[in-house]
Amino acid sequence: MVYMGSDPCAKCEEMLQPFLDRELSEDEYAIAEAHLDECGYCRKRYKFEETLRRYVRQAVVEEMPPELKQKLAALRTPL
Amino acid sequence: MSEVQPETDARGIAEEARARVRFEEEVLELSDQVYRVARRLVSTREEAEDLVQETYARAFRSWRSYTPGTNLRAWLFRILTNLNIDRGRREQRSPATQPLEEGDYFLYNRLEADGGSEDEARVVERLSQDEIVQALAEVPHDFRDVIVLVDIGDFTYQDAAQILDIPIGTVMSRLHRGRRILKKELAEATVGDSG
Repeated sequence: MVYMGSDPCAKCEEMLQPFLDRELSEDEYAIAEAHLDECGYCRKRYKFEETLRRYVRQAVVEEMPPELKQKLAALRTPL
Repeated sequence: MSEVQPETDARGIAEEARARVRFEEEVLELSDQVYRVARRLVSTREEAEDLVQETYARAFRSWRSYTPGTNLRAWLFRILTNLNIDRGRREQRSPATQPLEEGDYFLYNRLEADGGSEDEARVVERLSQDEIVQALAEVPHDFRDVIVLVDIGDFTYQDAAQILDIPIGTVMSRLHRGRRILKKELAEATVGDSG
């Protein structure tokens, strides 16, 4: 069993990444979720993190130039 | 017996050729993913293109070292990350110059303090694409490699550990720390150092 201790928001902050990565145990999830249900401060920050991850991914993904695809195909073993 | 031999050999050669073609096709199907990850492991588009070409040249050359039925993506990305290391693209910062990361609420707190309370999606939109790309580039290699494999390459921790040849606990700690460093870099890029 995980206890939130004297500073539940600090504990919740520590659980943010493993929570979103689905790495927490069932007990830990239950505790984080119970805290998030009653704490708007942490809830906002969890939502922000989730949105941020999506946003970062979109921002940094650059598609492959089509010429490169052709160059790679040309590296294949000749039949 | 000696009359059967050439036929068996011919069949073996044909089978191997088919297996090779299949392998090359499967590897080529992964090229978009390989490029996306490569692009964020190195600084420039040209370097990424070179790295991807070298990866494919080596993969095609060493196809026999791949065991069919095992994780082809992890096998291929391991070649990519090893080549990246071999090519000396990893100018490691000394620990003293690595940015100190803050807690996980840090970026939100900074953006909120800077711009008042808005909904979470709006707060995120205050980060520009260039700022995000630049901030990720500022994350030291060891941390960035893991972020790129997990958050862009969609690899599990287990796969990332296999690709980088590090323990899974190290993947987790680098990922967590790297994301915090990224948020600190984003905060500095967006609202400045002093805010």
